[in-house]
Amino acid sequence: MTSVFNLRTIVGLLLLLALVLLPVYVELTGSRFLLTLFTRIAILALAAVSLNLILGYGGMMSFGHAAYLGIGGYAVGILAFEGVTTGFVQWPVALLVSAFFALVIGALSLRTRGVYFIMITLAFAQMAYYIVAGLARYGGDDGLTIQKRSQFIAPINLSNKVQFYYICLALLCAAIYLVWRLINSRFGMAIQGARSNDTRMRAIGFPTYRYKLTCFVIAGTLCGLAGALLANHTDFVSPAMMYWTRSGDLIIMVVLGGMGSTFGPLFGAVALLVLEEVLSGITEYWQIILGPLLLLVVLFARGGIDGLLGKVRHV
Amino acid sequence: MTLFIEQCLNGLQFGLLLFLLAAGLTLVFGIMDLVNLAHGSLYMLGAYFAATFAAWTGSFVLGAILALGATLLVGMAVEVIAMRRLYGRDHLDHVLATFGLILFFDELVRLIWGAGGMSLPLPSWLNTSVRILPGVDYSAYKLSIIVVSLSVAGFLYFLVMRTRLGMLIRAGASNREMVGALGVNIKLLFTLVFGLGAALAGVAGLMQAPILAVQIGMGENILILAFVITVIGGIGSIRGAFVAAILVGFIDTLGRAYFTDLLRLAFTKETAATAAPALSSMLIYLLMAIVLVIRPEGLFPASSK
Repeated sequence: MTSVFNLRTIVGLLLLLALVLLPVYVELTGSRFLLTLFTRIAILALAAVSLNLILGYGGMMSFGHAAYLGIGGYAVGILAFEGVTTGFVQWPVALLVSAFFALVIGALSLRTRGVYFIMITLAFAQMAYYIVAGLARYGGDDGLTIQKRSQFIAPINLSNKVQFYYICLALLCAAIYLVWRLINSRFGMAIQGARSNDTRMRAIGFPTYRYKLTCFVIAGTLCGLAGALLANHTDFVSPAMMYWTRSGDLIIMVVLGGMGSTFGPLFGAVALLVLEEVLSGITEYWQIILGPLLLLVVLFARGGIDGLLGKVRHV
Repeated sequence: MTLFIEQCLNGLQFGLLLFLLAAGLTLVFGIMDLVNLAHGSLYMLGAYFAATFAAWTGSFVLGAILALGATLLVGMAVEVIAMRRLYGRDHLDHVLATFGLILFFDELVRLIWGAGGMSLPLPSWLNTSVRILPGVDYSAYKLSIIVVSLSVAGFLYFLVMRTRLGMLIRAGASNREMVGALGVNIKLLFTLVFGLGAALAGVAGLMQAPILAVQIGMGENILILAFVITVIGGIGSIRGAFVAAILVGFIDTLGRAYFTDLLRLAFTKETAATAAPALSSMLIYLLMAIVLVIRPEGLFPASSK
């Protein structure tokens, strides 16, 4: 926190720079696949950044974060299906619906703590999953194809792959910056204080419930944005994008990268998705390697990638 | 009326089955303070073992007994290899590590048994219906599930409340260190408890196998229901799990059966038909939300540690 230019910040900024330059590399080599993969990485990293805000800084172990991915995605999908293709309506609706959902879930869930909180967020996310799977008009279990990506004014065209990649990346950077500012503000200090000792924070006069709920809603809204992007990226939404294993993936990204760190979620998202790509290239049964690997990370590398980088500095 | 009795029995059967799963989950949590997401994988393994062993031996009962033993062994092996290192860690670590185990077990099953799934045919003596009341027939197999689950529940009560092992388990739940200091082999006790929980999940899985398809991911949907039950009942409370499981079993089954008719009273036929499936699968989550608003610790909070 004291020095801005430590190793983890430098690596984080270098990674961002590499991401900015990626389309140039893709242009030179012509491997379109990389661009698609990294667009996906940028979007899921955005979701991980939002989860990190409540999980890493707020200590709220939400196991239902993928619900907002689905809600944001379906807001875009359903509006497109009903003929509203302008992004100026779609995206604000996606954000508002996610925020509202987060407000309801948060208001109920934050009454509990610990394991109860993990399980109740999980259960609410599953509830959302079943609601969406029951929407027969919008494809139900099979999902909904989006005919036309969100429309914006003239120079912005989401169907242009490079442009869409840069939009995702810009939003990711904005989210990282936003969370960083938030965490170093008075609000962020109160949230972190509530994580380490809720009773004490209340004793000195902070209404921690309201602080935590606000934080929960901000994270849900950010993740809803990621959902809207994901729907545009795949041109398709289905209940599978909010299944509980997806929430698990997001938690893995945050923990793998390093909880409660600025660039941790970015590291985690890049590491997990690139690892998936590499492992699935080696064997069809790649999860048989990923599963135990995860166990090892939990047992032996608590701080994640960010923690490892932090240690290097002290050697 | 006949249909209603049948649906009630279905609800009871489903509730008891859920209890077997939730009991293992809540036992492991109450005693080791461990959140085990991989519980659903053990349920799945129970079903796969039963299907395999029944095919090998040609006998349904023999296959079920072998499957029970196999799940118990797998559970104990998982405890010794992985879980043991997680006690006393953060709950988030448990969630992540056992999530890793789910990925591992799902893929392992795909590797061994293939992605196609299996079926476990019922023997003819179970595949009939029994006249339980004048004019009411009910599937003999579902009836036998009710009987077996009730006896397992009774056995569990006897084991925990009336035997020396149960005494140690209860003591371990209230104060681990003290029980260890009194010379009890706590490591072995924990391995046994985890194995017991695994065996309970295995029983649930192998009994459900002939009704539903044996397939990868079968444990994951029902695991969430088991979580809802433990939360409603109060985490760590077996009695709470029993009450909540029966409650959830009834609400889920009756909701699916009659919710469409109920909605039809207030809305048009089309609205009722489209809204009912989604709403009825939401009912139990709604129940959980209500319980948590009124009693954030569940219906029967386990005594504070």
